[in-house]
Amino acid sequence: MQWETVIGLEVHVQLATQSKIFSGASTAFGAAPNTQACAVDLGLPGVLPVLNESAVAMAVQFGLGINAEIPEVSVFDRKNYFYADLPKGYQTSQMYHPIVGPGEVEIVLGDDRTKRIRVHHAHLEEDAGKSLHEDYHGMSGIDLNRAGTPLLEIVSEPDMRSAAEAVAYLRAIHAIVTYLGVSDGNMAEGSMRCDVNVSVRPEGQSAFGTRAEIKNVNSFRFVERAIAFEVERQIELIEDGGQVVQETRLYDPELDETRSMRTKEEANDYRYFPCPDLLPVVLDRAYVDHLRSTLPELPAEKRARFENELGLSAYDAGVLSSSRPMAEYFEAVKEVCGDAKLAANWVQGELSGQLNRENLSIADSLVTAQQLGELVSRVKDETINGKAAKQVFAALWNGEGDSADAIIEAKGLKQVTDTGAIEAMIDEVIAESPVQVAQYQDADPDKRGKMIGYFVGQVMKASRGTANPQQVNALLKQKLAP
Amino acid sequence: MHDKTLTELAAGLSAGDFSSRELTDHFLGRIERLDGEINSFITVTAEQAQASADAADATRRQGDAGPLNGLPLALKDLFCTQGVRTSCGSRMLDNFVSPYDATLVERLAAAGTVSLGKTNMDEFAMGSSNESSYYGPVKNPWDLAAVPGGSSGGSAAAVAAGLTPAALGTDTGGSIRQPAAFCGITGLKPTYGRVSRYGMVAYASSLDQGGPMARSAEDCALLLGAIAGHDPRDSTSVTRGVPDYQAELNAPLAGLRIGLPREYFGEGLDPDVEAAVREAIRVYESLGASVQDISLPHTNLAIPAYYVIAPAEASSNLSRFDGVRFGHRCENPSDLIDLYKRSRAEGFGSEVKRRILMGTHTLSEGFFDAYYKKAQQVRRLIRQDFLDAFDEVDVLMGPAAPTPAFDLGANKDPLSMYLQDIYTIAINLAGIPGISVPAGFVGQRPTGLQILGPHFAESQLLNVAHQFQQATDWHLKRPSFGEENS
Amino acid sequence: MALELDDVRRAAHLARLGLSDEEAASYVDDLSRILEMADSLQAVDTEHVAPLSHSLDTTQQLRVDEVTEQDQRERFQRCAPAVEDGLYLVPRVVE
Repeated sequence: MQWETVIGLEVHVQLATQSKIFSGASTAFGAAPNTQACAVDLGLPGVLPVLNESAVAMAVQFGLGINAEIPEVSVFDRKNYFYADLPKGYQTSQMYHPIVGPGEVEIVLGDDRTKRIRVHHAHLEEDAGKSLHEDYHGMSGIDLNRAGTPLLEIVSEPDMRSAAEAVAYLRAIHAIVTYLGVSDGNMAEGSMRCDVNVSVRPEGQSAFGTRAEIKNVNSFRFVERAIAFEVERQIELIEDGGQVVQETRLYDPELDETRSMRTKEEANDYRYFPCPDLLPVVLDRAYVDHLRSTLPELPAEKRARFENELGLSAYDAGVLSSSRPMAEYFEAVKEVCGDAKLAANWVQGELSGQLNRENLSIADSLVTAQQLGELVSRVKDETINGKAAKQVFAALWNGEGDSADAIIEAKGLKQVTDTGAIEAMIDEVIAESPVQVAQYQDADPDKRGKMIGYFVGQVMKASRGTANPQQVNALLKQKLAP
Repeated sequence: MHDKTLTELAAGLSAGDFSSRELTDHFLGRIERLDGEINSFITVTAEQAQASADAADATRRQGDAGPLNGLPLALKDLFCTQGVRTSCGSRMLDNFVSPYDATLVERLAAAGTVSLGKTNMDEFAMGSSNESSYYGPVKNPWDLAAVPGGSSGGSAAAVAAGLTPAALGTDTGGSIRQPAAFCGITGLKPTYGRVSRYGMVAYASSLDQGGPMARSAEDCALLLGAIAGHDPRDSTSVTRGVPDYQAELNAPLAGLRIGLPREYFGEGLDPDVEAAVREAIRVYESLGASVQDISLPHTNLAIPAYYVIAPAEASSNLSRFDGVRFGHRCENPSDLIDLYKRSRAEGFGSEVKRRILMGTHTLSEGFFDAYYKKAQQVRRLIRQDFLDAFDEVDVLMGPAAPTPAFDLGANKDPLSMYLQDIYTIAINLAGIPGISVPAGFVGQRPTGLQILGPHFAESQLLNVAHQFQQATDWHLKRPSFGEENS
Repeated sequence: MALELDDVRRAAHLARLGLSDEEAASYVDDLSRILEMADSLQAVDTEHVAPLSHSLDTTQQLRVDEVTEQDQRERFQRCAPAVEDGLYLVPRVVE
């Protein structure tokens, strides 16, 4: 039987506010335990929440970024349950009237096709604290620094049909929130995590299969792996005559498997009701319009512009718009050198290669966009040839000079285009290679094209790479002609 | 000194007749001698009080004294007080020394008042007799066999007994007005949102409101001015400006339109209480007010709606008492669930448990719409009753409670206890202000007249109450309690 | 709606309230009677009535996004039953 996979994602994005969603405590990462948990975060008797205006603005900006409806009124509810990392015994969230209504996200698939994934809604909520399981005399330790950190939970429709689509969707959300600056998107620090709902159904069946929810997956790769494992598990289970149970599962990266979270208790009953300590949040049109007017260009728009206006390939446009730092770097290079395609080639080729080798992000590049733009300009105006350009790039990376021009000058890499000088070098090479000259001249004319490479190489070597390769080629052909 | 009103004591301080320290020592002495019998205080903060009094006297010497400077008062033990136990009348918080001050406490301190200590109360403000306190019941100074009312029973009894000239209470379903009536003092529940709830341990967040309890409406006006006003730490506190509550006290009442809700004079109302209330209304007529019948048709739904909404909110509010960050923790918990279950079982008393169970049940799946949502819909109807009534009349009047203070132990059944709140509870659901003023006696037990006004009509309520107190002397009566010792 | 012992046990478990058998039994009766009283609400037609969560028709005020709270861990943990290395201790949490 052919199986179809159905995936929906609940993405939790930590908003990049200075202070918490309901208190004035800092959200900075990595502080000593409980030093950023104020009276409100601790849920001390008598404390009350007051909503952070930046959290509201960021949620609305996200909504606008996915063309979502922004309802005039949203309401906070309490989700009641007991857990060690949940100080008040309830999480303040939005169950019935979320701040962001239905919207959609465009994802790009491997073959450059795009697909629209519907977002059901996005709501604001507070994060919980952390349980530390090091042994404190058989006890766990609770750190509430993270309690009250603002989260935007983005709930998709079950529109994804493969792990690759799910990852593309997650990347698209990541790109949107980082473009908007509403989150740092740092998955390693937990700024973005997701719950993955996975089910399978026989191809052609319209009803959904029973889904499992894989909780708290925190990297693109784990999302892909978890789905792959889970799909296989569900198909095998059904094919062996079993049934998928609706349950919560955990992905274990070390064993590369999902497993059921042992639930000792019956299904929870969260007893949602409107939080009486908070009033309805009313957003007037003018406020929403103002936020709309300040939105930056978002990845999908950028990709279209790169493709249509700059003439980049769909692939290049996709890669270069995938993150805001990448797009900004590319656009800066393009601005300096005035050639979008050359800029794209260099950013994706030499620069990305180097960054990958050193495991750096583009923000940490040792070559600035200005420097790379100048270097590309020198390629474009043929001051240097491609080979020399790579040397210049390496030198810039290693800090051997401040600018391409300075390095070209210092290393004498300026391309030699003086025919007389090149001819002199050719003559010398010919004189020193009588055997090769004879072989060349005796060879079938069809094979000479390949054989000329030896001479080109020798001449380039003699010029220390500075000779114009096209010129060398042409002159050699003339001179070697039998 | 303890027979004087707060306003008179303020004048005495201002005139230099006595110092704040002398005043404070006087009341501390009375508490020391007399409170053993009525149990109105949970914690007496004598040293802090003396230090604050000395500071207030110093402020006065520097010429910086505000109107409340140096006046002693007491705080219901659910206002968080930094460095002082804040117990909420519960074993759960018996060991809880608050690390911060409630906004109301900060404001009173900033005004130069002197806190004598923390008053007894029904556990987590759940009760109408002060019998659910972990620290034992409070006795009514007018009759030691009677309850003082609740949940602010300690505050009311302490004022009535002359152990403090005034106290702060909270009112979720009548918890200021009913004990004020039972103890023969004046108690004001302000409009919801008028006084900050920050630092007031929550019972039912959408209903709770702090307010003054004192000897007279004038005293309440003085205190309300100090505690009212927007608090950026409480989202439900309103930004509206605070009027001078004393400015209108002496406005004449000629032309005042009084409505008598007929539902407040029906079955279950003690005839002597009714007689006292009707007599009070005759006083108003003599002051030039007109009286008309009014209907609040959804009155009989107030208790059922309240006993769905308040326990639901309470069940959630009290989840934070889990034995982890503060409060009672059981010995040697075997696992997390055991920690929660035993800490909470040991920490909470039976009425608190009853309301947590009730609220948890009505919010749970399958019951939410039938109970919680329905109660919130009825709540809107109840509010509308009042809004409609205030289109016709300026204020509403009726009894604060159906009977005078009942005997300790008389209402063992929770349901019959809940019915005590029949005239006060709708006011919290509607969010309007209400004041209870002494209006006579049934035997030796006081009875109260309740006056209700539209949202933010505190000035008018205080004016109406004050004019009554200019024309009557019920509020000046003192129990014989403690006289032989004073 | 009358209430069964199982309802009380379920609510007690959701609320993490330990109850003895006796206590649970006594609450069945109390709570049933309170719920019976609450059932009087059902008689009212509220079809076109919106629920009222707050008595005033005001809306949420927003707080400027600033860090206003400094570290007060020591003070806040003074009232905590069990702490170590700045952490609140609870019985081992198994994930």
